[in-house]
Amino acid sequence: MSTNPVEAIDIVKRYGSFTAVDGISFAVRDGECFGFLGPNGAGKSTTLKMISCTSPVTEGRLTVAGLDVGRDARAVKSRLGIVPQDDNLDPDLSVRKNLEVYARYYGLSAKQAGPQIDEALSLFQLSERARDRVDDLSGGMKRRLAISRALVHEPQILMLDEPTTGLDPQARHLVWQKLRLLKARGVTMILTTHYMDEAAHLCDRLVIMHRGTILTEGRPRDLVEEHSGGSVLELRMDAIEREPFLAEVGGIDGVAVEEVEDIVYVFGAGDVSARIAERVSDPNRAFLRPGNLEDVFLRLTGRGLLD
Amino acid sequence: MSAFTTSPDISFGAYRVWQRNRDVLLQLWKSEFVAQLLEPVVVILALGIGLGRFVELDSGEEYAAFLAPGLIAMFPMFAAVFECAWGSYVRLEMQGTYRAIVATPVSVDDVITGEILWGTTRSVMNASYILLVATVLTPWLHMVDSAWAVLIIPISVVPGVLFSAISICFASIARAMSQFSYFFNLVINPMFWFGGAFFPFDQLPQWARILAWFIPLSHVVSLYRGLIDGNLRWGLLADFAWITVAAAVFYWLALAGMRRRLVE
Repeated sequence: MSTNPVEAIDIVKRYGSFTAVDGISFAVRDGECFGFLGPNGAGKSTTLKMISCTSPVTEGRLTVAGLDVGRDARAVKSRLGIVPQDDNLDPDLSVRKNLEVYARYYGLSAKQAGPQIDEALSLFQLSERARDRVDDLSGGMKRRLAISRALVHEPQILMLDEPTTGLDPQARHLVWQKLRLLKARGVTMILTTHYMDEAAHLCDRLVIMHRGTILTEGRPRDLVEEHSGGSVLELRMDAIEREPFLAEVGGIDGVAVEEVEDIVYVFGAGDVSARIAERVSDPNRAFLRPGNLEDVFLRLTGRGLLD
Repeated sequence: MSAFTTSPDISFGAYRVWQRNRDVLLQLWKSEFVAQLLEPVVVILALGIGLGRFVELDSGEEYAAFLAPGLIAMFPMFAAVFECAWGSYVRLEMQGTYRAIVATPVSVDDVITGEILWGTTRSVMNASYILLVATVLTPWLHMVDSAWAVLIIPISVVPGVLFSAISICFASIARAMSQFSYFFNLVINPMFWFGGAFFPFDQLPQWARILAWFIPLSHVVSLYRGLIDGNLRWGLLADFAWITVAAAVFYWLALAGMRRRLVE
């Protein structure tokens, strides 16, 4: 019946009286990159932990390749490649030994995993560092090693928790490039992120999470189109200006307004926004730009992603 | 389902965890071994020969000979404690090693079992080495009187499990590295001094002997003393039973404690 790599039906995770994930459903399809976008504390990482069997599901049904995560934990875990947020590489072992020891946890000897290890090291540009200590690597290299480590047993699904959090822009782009390469090879990927540009770059489909629930689901471009109306006007204006402006603009068809701190966001078709922009006295305080996933989140929750 | 009532989920993965620790030791063996090889020799020389000259035991035994079983029990205890208290806590909290492993098909119970097997391995290696040193020195210090002493090598597995498991139990409830000073000062250190290694219990008042019965190390020392002296008696089986039961109980508690810590 269900052959989707991951299927969740009304899954709930409670820690005591706190509900971290509140009855969410989703399905990840074969070969796609599926994203969980949301601010810290939205329940993204908890969802990933439930999929990877390190945090038991409180309620609902969650399957990986048709296997129940509670009953068949070992079989589920053998199909997943996990890239955790904090890398947790083994500092007592060299770069290469990290991969060998990890492959052994999946039942592969150093000999069996050898070709995969060589390939992963070369793909992630770590071959020359193979004998080095893990602590001597840069942050970007550590992350690449963590991704390599998740690939040596050739998992069905690669799961990445905030894959570029804490990396500098250059290291980040290198990681994205490698992930796009894996995607082109048909690797099914699940990732969490609070960076909307990351989600837009990598994800075929995503869900936006907030306070343990899924707000919306879809392709990044469709979501942006639907919720931001294509383009967004950002205005910085004080309270005196703001009141008459809101009264005026609020009535225009197809235009929506959100206020966050000192910024007013106007969502609407490009030409309408451009006309509104002309009315603001100081052009330096008005900024017209294409819509993005951050706007989707803003529209749905009335707050920013990075709060 | 409580962490205490779940039946253990153990597989070959425990051996993978043991292999991981072995590989780390093989990378660092030079610095690891030198200290461990020297320390017992220093202690035998200082206490056995140095202090021993001033000690006269009622049994007429030489002090170095009296000390031998205690050393063979004590140093392996430290080896297990070092691996499974500090070592485990570092792998649990500082390095994230346990969390990395339980994301693979290896279970929490495998990890803890593998760690205890590793602490036990270090413990048995240590006991074997000190037994060897004591045997080599026997022509001069009369430390080993009986061939039964060779049984200490297989038997030392049981106290190895016991002290490793006790250490993991503490690591599973510790919230900071600094808390290990409580473990060391309130548990391990008193056990070291009052475990029967340094002075005989039989001259002590009744209450002290009753108290000693509750000290795990005292049963290990008593058992080893019997095997080294060749003075076999039923009481040795009671000592062996005591440490076996305690090892099983603390192994169970170690699994439960770490499940609570690692399963969110």
